[in-house]
Amino acid sequence: MTVTDIGSDSAALMIRAQDVQGRSLWVDAWQRLLKNRAAVVSMIVLGTIAVLAILAPWLSQYSYDFQDYAVTSCAPNWWNEPGICNAGGTHWFGTDSLGRDLFVRVLFGARVSLAVGLVATLVSLMIGVLYGATAGYLGGRVDGVMMRLVDVLYSLPFIFFVIILMVVFHRNFYLLFVAIGAVEWLTMARIVRGQTLSIKQKEFIEAARAAGVGSLGIIRRHVIPNVLGPVIVYVTLTIPAVILAESFLSFLGLGIADPLTSWGVLIADGTAQMENCPWLLIFPCAFMTATLFCFNFIGDGLRDALDPKDR
Amino acid sequence: MSGKILEISNLDVHFTTPDCDVHAVKDLHLEVREAECLGVVGESGSGKSQAFLAAIGLLSGNGRASGSVKYRGQEILGQSQRALNRFRGSKITMIFQDPLTSLTPHMTIGAQLVETLCVHLRLPRDEAAKRALEVLELVRIPEGRRRMSQFPHELSGGMRQRVMIAMGVVCGPDLLIADEPTTALDVTVQAEILEIMRDLKDELKTSIVLVSHDMGVIAGMADRVAVMRGGEIVETGPVDEIYYAPKHGYTRMLLEAVPRLDLGDQSAQSKVKELPPDAQPILKVDDLRVHFPVAEGWRTKDLRAVDGVSFYLREGEALGIVGESGCGKSSLARALLKLLPKTDGAVLWLGRDLGRLDGEELRKLRRDFQIVFQDPLASLDPRMTVGESIAEPLRSLKPHLSREEIRRCVRDMMDQVGLEPAWINRYPHEFSGGQNQRVGVARAMIVEPKLVICDEAVSALDASIQRQMVDLIRELQSEFDMSLIFISHDLSVVRQIAHRVMVLYLGRIVELADRDVIYGDPRHPYTKALLSAVPIPDPKLERAKKRVRLTGELPSPLDSRAPLVFLKSKAIDDPEAVQYRPKLIEVAPGHLVAEHDAVT
Repeated sequence: MTVTDIGSDSAALMIRAQDVQGRSLWVDAWQRLLKNRAAVVSMIVLGTIAVLAILAPWLSQYSYDFQDYAVTSCAPNWWNEPGICNAGGTHWFGTDSLGRDLFVRVLFGARVSLAVGLVATLVSLMIGVLYGATAGYLGGRVDGVMMRLVDVLYSLPFIFFVIILMVVFHRNFYLLFVAIGAVEWLTMARIVRGQTLSIKQKEFIEAARAAGVGSLGIIRRHVIPNVLGPVIVYVTLTIPAVILAESFLSFLGLGIADPLTSWGVLIADGTAQMENCPWLLIFPCAFMTATLFCFNFIGDGLRDALDPKDR
Repeated sequence: MSGKILEISNLDVHFTTPDCDVHAVKDLHLEVREAECLGVVGESGSGKSQAFLAAIGLLSGNGRASGSVKYRGQEILGQSQRALNRFRGSKITMIFQDPLTSLTPHMTIGAQLVETLCVHLRLPRDEAAKRALEVLELVRIPEGRRRMSQFPHELSGGMRQRVMIAMGVVCGPDLLIADEPTTALDVTVQAEILEIMRDLKDELKTSIVLVSHDMGVIAGMADRVAVMRGGEIVETGPVDEIYYAPKHGYTRMLLEAVPRLDLGDQSAQSKVKELPPDAQPILKVDDLRVHFPVAEGWRTKDLRAVDGVSFYLREGEALGIVGESGCGKSSLARALLKLLPKTDGAVLWLGRDLGRLDGEELRKLRRDFQIVFQDPLASLDPRMTVGESIAEPLRSLKPHLSREEIRRCVRDMMDQVGLEPAWINRYPHEFSGGQNQRVGVARAMIVEPKLVICDEAVSALDASIQRQMVDLIRELQSEFDMSLIFISHDLSVVRQIAHRVMVLYLGRIVELADRDVIYGDPRHPYTKALLSAVPIPDPKLERAKKRVRLTGELPSPLDSRAPLVFLKSKAIDDPEAVQYRPKLIEVAPGHLVAEHDAVT
């Protein structure tokens, strides 16, 4: 039998002996993402910050809680200009009022902030996808009840909810993850439910049912892979939101406890001494905004890459 | 000699997409003369629409056009939008395929017409309203005054397209470009719209460019025809020359691919395999009903998509189901497969009532019946390779097969439906529509079912590919010796494949008979109207044809009087009343016709 469809001319010329490896939508999307300059630069910057954060303990001779009272509140001075407080060439970002090295502290802050961002997002991802996919796929009354519950939770003021949690259970590193994640999943659930509803009506789901595939198989093989695109985009946009939430809590003094630090804590400290020691504000702020920018650019790039028609 | 209205020369259109650069129109030369209808025909992707969008400056943002387009000798390509707007919409107008998306939803029909007049002709409002009313009459919209105050969504597709045409001609244009104006419409409505356009051309002396993929539509309308392929014109000439003496092989191929309703006896009949006389019915459908609750204000009403349909299907038989949009043919197919819950009635498969089976039994029984869907791309999971898609029924219905066996089956099947087995790991988006539909067919056939339902399986495809698919389905049907239910709105395609044909109207059977009987001796007025509305790709026949017209519009299926359109004598004039049900009468052995009033 001959193949004479339009569009197949070039395909027919391909090697016949071997199986042709198809380009999946994921590969396609990845290649489009690599063509997006802002996204690629963002990934490089973000990767550098992440690597620096991971390697933080080995990058400097100081530890994050080492206090050197000889050099309190020193401005960065790696060019060794005489006259101003001389911390030597080793405190690259200067020191804080307790003589702690700001460079190390910013990197340790990055560790905490990024970890909170990732873990809380993962928590919200898992709850949200499961909850949303279930509600969307089952539909009807179950969907109604499940989504009304989400609406009720939505109407609770989030920040008070977290503050109450932190006050009741005291400041706790892990609780912070859970608290933020437990709030962020609401939007995720809504997005996944909406996507599931629209995918459920696609013909290929009907085709799968006609092929005798059960409900679980349909959710696993057809629904979840197809909602993944928008979910990934939302994840990259949730991470910065979570980082912001964490820094807001820390700014209020409800986040990470001293001497461990996060960008939020550093920015809070820096704000207090903004006039005398601007570097205490500038460096953590620069890192944090760079990170948030990067995540947003990557999210944008992913959205364009995954859904080229919607640009 | 009449002058040239539009002269296109050396037109090139490029599109930049993130993946590649597309050269959609290549060095196009074309002219439109005064008071003529130029038919532009080509298959999807031939650049026929883009050429004219480019000519009047409506290309989308990623497109670039170069060359020259002259309107009455004046260069218009590359002019500013402001300059173009001086004659676009008044002297050159365009109508599109989908009339709903081309009308502003929040403005009444009247307001949109009046606005056009006020902007282009600077008429005062009351005069413009008067003129608008005249134009609505011209496109045969009844009760024009009332229609003026209606919104686009309150009108049917055919009415909307008439409004679009009215907007197109309201300023008295020289040139009307119609881009697939009837493709989204039913055949009976299409026939009316084409008639209106033909009359407009004669009355107003407007030149028309009719862009279409349908050789039949072009045959009845055009004075000259241009055939396009791959962005180039392969042949132009007077309509009779193109149809009766085509020079280019591609034109001949196009003409041969179109199923001919008038020649059905010669070309198609020989190919349908004879049924053995003792073939047993394997599927019996008894008074099947599918109702959908529709909210109407505070109450819910039942929309009767399938309203008491009974028929049987013999082993190895192909049954064609024909009807226009909204007649319930897809709901019927889905109810047969239990993809939709039925409201009442019984579906007996080899004597077993499908309604009584529990989930697991039904799942096992799915091996016996499969479906091929209309939209080839939408019915395949975009994240799965075609191999996985084809293998899916095997994996769930024959779980004892090993991975290797499944792979081998899939390869064999791909070979059988004309796909290269080496493409097993490719994805649907890398294939053309026709190839994807082959994948859909392969998926349905791989479990060797006893019954396959094709729900408009070839409607979304170009004529040449449609032809191949019909041949393929027919071939596979006789090879696997299975029964087939072939659903389509296209009577000429059904003719090529079916043993018997059933005509549906608003969820009920109006006529059911052997193929040759129904095409040769239709009894019901609806069947007659349908048959006479199908455009035939033969200019002389098409011009001479007399149509059986349906009066009025398709009524709302929520109105209880609707099914009695052909039996008005028995209808009670109350939209809520319980109405008389027309009976099916056997006028000849195996020829069932619903009761109807005598046609005067």
